[in-house]
Amino acid sequence: MSASTVSKAEGIYAKAGSLSSERRWALWTAYASLIFAAIIFLAPPVYMFVTSLKGSAEVANMTGNPWLVRNPTLENYTTLLSNRPFLKFFLNSAIITVCVVAITMVISILAAFALARMRFWGSQFLATGVFLTYLIPDTLLFIPLYQIVGGLGLLNSIWGLVLVYPTLTVPFCTWIMIGYFASIPKELDEAALIDGATWPQMLLKIFIPVAMPGIIAATIFAFTVSWAAFVYPTAFVTTPDQMPLTIGVVSQLVRADTFAWGQIMAGALLAALPPVIIYAFLMDYYIAGLTAGATKG
Amino acid sequence: MADGTLAAPRPAAIDGTRANGMQRFARRRSTIAFLMALPLLLVVLGLVAYPAGYGIYLSTLNRRMTANIGLGNYEILFDSDTFWDVAFQSCVFALSAVFLKALIGFWLAHMLHHIPAKGQRKWRGMLLVPWVIPPALSTLGWWWMFDPTYSSINYILNIFAVPSVPWLGEAWWARSAIIIVNVWYGAPFFMIMYLAALKSVPEQLYEAAAIDGATSWQRLRYITLPMMANIISITVLFSLIVTFANYDIVRVLTNGGPRDLTHVFASYAFQVGILAGNIPRGAAVSLFMVPMLAVCAFFVLRGVTRRNKEQM
Repeated sequence: MSASTVSKAEGIYAKAGSLSSERRWALWTAYASLIFAAIIFLAPPVYMFVTSLKGSAEVANMTGNPWLVRNPTLENYTTLLSNRPFLKFFLNSAIITVCVVAITMVISILAAFALARMRFWGSQFLATGVFLTYLIPDTLLFIPLYQIVGGLGLLNSIWGLVLVYPTLTVPFCTWIMIGYFASIPKELDEAALIDGATWPQMLLKIFIPVAMPGIIAATIFAFTVSWAAFVYPTAFVTTPDQMPLTIGVVSQLVRADTFAWGQIMAGALLAALPPVIIYAFLMDYYIAGLTAGATKG
Repeated sequence: MADGTLAAPRPAAIDGTRANGMQRFARRRSTIAFLMALPLLLVVLGLVAYPAGYGIYLSTLNRRMTANIGLGNYEILFDSDTFWDVAFQSCVFALSAVFLKALIGFWLAHMLHHIPAKGQRKWRGMLLVPWVIPPALSTLGWWWMFDPTYSSINYILNIFAVPSVPWLGEAWWARSAIIIVNVWYGAPFFMIMYLAALKSVPEQLYEAAAIDGATSWQRLRYITLPMMANIISITVLFSLIVTFANYDIVRVLTNGGPRDLTHVFASYAFQVGILAGNIPRGAAVSLFMVPMLAVCAFFVLRGVTRRNKEQM
């Protein structure tokens, strides 16, 4: 930024030249580190993709570079996409995720509106409680929840998962929605109140449209979390019929005696596709949701 | 908003008796608010607070859950070598993985911040990919890369004349493998958080420092780090919680092996509680995470409230 202004003052400060060369060197280091990091960060997904294009004979062949594919084939993908259990996993994941996202957004938008704008007894306490709940990891409570879900007769059922996933999504979504709602100027709702708007009208006509970026970010968060959830389905679901994708791919595709690596990798990539696609198209919202927890809060 | 203007004026406003109307309004407002927050309250109480209490109760039962044995499960755990291995591994794993993630994330955030703004979006998008793939699935890819016979990582090591590494076969290598995967998955998150924090440091501070002739080290030490201290601590503590309680990576990569040496609290609790069917003892194992989590949570909460106050 200041390189050009500094170099104008050449002659007076001998430092000028060294400053710009220092900058060039810094830029070079930056690109070198970024390229190195990108190679490491992208190597596993790339290798998964390469493997998914190999037939089982080529996977088992130990001569030659494993990072290259010689006879690319889509066989792994076609077998998976005509494989009933795999499609069932996909369907289960989709049903669970849609339900959980809908439940989460309704609960957290209502609660965040109440907590951000309409103080009531204990509301401050509840807001802190919500944040604390977000800090409780799923691995802490899965055993008591296993008993509770079992008591309700919902083990081995996607509805048991729909019941417990909100514990993963609701606290954070509420938290960031409180942040977004609190940032809406008070004058806006005063104006609406003077015009005789009721609270539901205010929420639907002012808060939701104005806080749309926050709602999108929270929705993306809820989607990715419930799509990627692993502990609860692993604990609660053992019948393949009711498994969502994550545990389905990990337990069912791997179970085969001769490791069908190409197929496992193809399955993992297909399962990872929905969050990656959402990320590709809505990256800015995704990142806004990610950083909201600490930078906005 | 347009509809708001068209809505009929509320009768209360016409009635006069202003104080009375306002009172009724306030009463109604807090009732509505409570009703709106009720579903959230139900989730927090029914699916978090109640299970937490129930978990503590469960951990005091015997295996068949027929009698209360007090702290018996904890005593048995304290006497078992495996449990201490698990505690040791959990701490080693969480501390080293978080340290590496924070370091790499900080470095990459700095590098991203240095390059022209036009290219930043592209690089950021690329470097965040590990965080986007569900970890259980990407760990499958790592598992295949660590495969004893077909390891593609060993292939690359061999090119540089480094002997093959028994990645998942020996305890310390398996531990390193778990840490590597966790760092790979989590470093992008740190990068994004630190980049957001870096962007919030006012440019004038650096300009003032440049006029005073500060070196780049001094700028980092006296401007960047103090300005980011809060975000750094929140992110580190938050990540400590998540990493300490991690399950997916251990489950997929080693499943606790070799010889139960790579179990962390979560995977061991799963092993004991669900797979071996000793639910009370499993509950006791996972409750051992509480002290560490509570300390971290306390400091995160303090950091966040302090930050909120600063911004107001």
